[in-house]
Amino acid sequence: MIAAHPETFDDTFPHPGARRVSALDSLSLTALPPEAEALRAELRTFLQEAVANIPARVRARSWGGYDAGLSRELGRRGFLGLTLPKEYGGGGRTAFDRYVVVEELLNFGAPVGSHWIAERQSAPLILKYGTEAQKRFHIPAVCRGEMYFCIGMSEPNAGSDLASVRTRATRNDKGWLLQGQKIWTTNAHNCHYMIALVRSSGTPEDRHKGLSQVIVDLKLPGVTVRPITDLSGDSHFCEVFFDDVQLGEDAVLGCEGDGWEQVMSELAFERSGPERLFSSIVLFDEWLSWIRTPQGRTPESVRLAGRIIAQLAPLRAMSVAVTGKLAKGESPVVEAALVKDLGTGVEQSIPALIADDLFRRPGADMPLELLRTLDYVTQAAPSYSLRGGTRDILRGMIARGLGLR
Amino acid sequence: MDDLLSDALRQLLEDRCAPHLVRAVEAGQSPAELWTQLEESGFADALVPEDQGGAGLALPDVFPLLALCGAYAVPVPLAHTMLARALLAQVGVPRPRGSIALAGATEGPGGAVRCAPAAFGRVADWVLADAGARVLLLPIAEAQAEPGVFPLDAQLQWSEAAIARARRVPGTHDLEALQACAAAAQLSGALMNTFQRTLRYANERQQFGRPIGKFQAIQHQLSVMAEHAFAARMAAQIGCHATGTTPERLRVAVAKARTSEAALEVAALSHAIHGAIGFTAEYDLQLYTRRLHLWRQAAGSESYWHAVLGEELVDRREGLALDLVRATTDVH
Repeated sequence: MIAAHPETFDDTFPHPGARRVSALDSLSLTALPPEAEALRAELRTFLQEAVANIPARVRARSWGGYDAGLSRELGRRGFLGLTLPKEYGGGGRTAFDRYVVVEELLNFGAPVGSHWIAERQSAPLILKYGTEAQKRFHIPAVCRGEMYFCIGMSEPNAGSDLASVRTRATRNDKGWLLQGQKIWTTNAHNCHYMIALVRSSGTPEDRHKGLSQVIVDLKLPGVTVRPITDLSGDSHFCEVFFDDVQLGEDAVLGCEGDGWEQVMSELAFERSGPERLFSSIVLFDEWLSWIRTPQGRTPESVRLAGRIIAQLAPLRAMSVAVTGKLAKGESPVVEAALVKDLGTGVEQSIPALIADDLFRRPGADMPLELLRTLDYVTQAAPSYSLRGGTRDILRGMIARGLGLR
Repeated sequence: MDDLLSDALRQLLEDRCAPHLVRAVEAGQSPAELWTQLEESGFADALVPEDQGGAGLALPDVFPLLALCGAYAVPVPLAHTMLARALLAQVGVPRPRGSIALAGATEGPGGAVRCAPAAFGRVADWVLADAGARVLLLPIAEAQAEPGVFPLDAQLQWSEAAIARARRVPGTHDLEALQACAAAAQLSGALMNTFQRTLRYANERQQFGRPIGKFQAIQHQLSVMAEHAFAARMAAQIGCHATGTTPERLRVAVAKARTSEAALEVAALSHAIHGAIGFTAEYDLQLYTRRLHLWRQAAGSESYWHAVLGEELVDRREGLALDLVRATTDVH
């Protein structure tokens, strides 16, 4: 799970003012270019076979499901790192191309969790801020689907208030000595590296100053990773302890002290993608299969199916429009927050609405796999509006964009 | 071009369609002067081909204009007239002078035709009516009229003799989609206006020694309003996405369903934030929030269009739900 955005509690962040409102106005219906659409058929053919034998309740985990073999195969077929430069093993293509690929992966419920964070966030972050050596070492391996990253932001006492992190990197003659603890770290037990936000100078009272991001090899002595079991029985997030972990001189990402700025730019990228509308889509499609049968179809179910489409369609158009802004090099932070808050709300409503549709007909003979999938998604749904910034944080960001803060 | 066009209409409405004019027309004043100004501006012929004297625009081009009709609560059927004239031009029916309201109709005993209600029926010159088997262009001057529920609407009935004289529009046309497309676009404009004026109010109104917009609870309500207003705007754009001038029914379904849903949320939040002043006749907010409810109900509420989308997805398609989402949102 990824730490939330701390802006709500901190008013020192630059004030974008009323100009942001007209920027929101420019979110226009945007075309996916033909070369991006061209990727869809090839990937779909591959996925139809790749997920054919995975039951819906497992596919419903999607980017919470792990399959290193699938990640490597996607890498081999050139579906990872599409937006990264070719010289580092990427595809040298646009954000639209990646949009199409991610949309297909999620809609098929492909277990993409192994490479998910590395490919979405860590490699682009290293590309933007890393040294040449860091880029050459990490990015090609991420594009091959072989190197996995987790993100160390949250700590036991630093959640939404991210700037209060206490994990500390202290300079010594060999580089940096790391001491502290991270928590809610998605997939840490399956990852090779963590990019951790740590204090490299000053005290927690210095807030945004003195924070850096460091790349931590999770095999180093002194690192302990302990999975946490969630309420559904899955263990996808972890506690990670650093007990005098010796990092090299080259562990810092970019410049020492730039950690806060890096984290902010990173969060803008992770908030508006297809993963903010399609988290419950495997359940929706599984339910759809049943209401397409004479036993399952009722006028109420038909209307409900249409209601969910009417909410997903404009959201998808907004998500594509935000992708268009990212492709143009803009940083649509507020738009992304808007899409995420709305999108996760729709995602969370899907299991609740489907449960009501199914259980208003007690005694009906319903497919067990559908009920199991519903059970899983119902339990997972609260996390949709926690990961990547809680509702309260996002609404605070939107309010700031509206000039209210 | 979009911007030039919509800036011109915005300026015209700013000058000629102020809230006091909207109120006066609602109270019974004739809208003839406003209509003459709009007619002279040429906007009503925006979708008519250039060789027939129009601007030759396509439906997506005029989305901002249709939305402005909602944002300014224009008390004449400018949006309807634009769409109706496009249809008439397309099938080669001469376009009469004056404004045209779009409406559904039922055929009554003795060959009479009834529109109950006709949106803008009190202020329009013509009705383009879908009477099931046939589409008719009917002069309102010849109708027997009774007041509708909304002050600009009317219940209209034409006698068999009047119907016999009326012009029949050849072909079959989805007038329902046309009305819903217009209602969705007008809703998107009214939603944006309602949101913007509520934001302004929250920045001005002081309580407990500071603007109420400084309170987190109000900020979060405004954020939710923004989300709905912008999603609705995107949905209305989807409804206006077509290659020519004829809206596509499934896209319109998304547009009308989503804007209608937003109408309820935004109307409720705007009144919650405005408090008692927003509830008065004197304050302008009501001009827009009453229309949010009006247009939510017009041409099918959200549940009606949910069924249209649901039947497409459940009965006529196989495979991923994504493919219907793509079919309604992809830009061609």
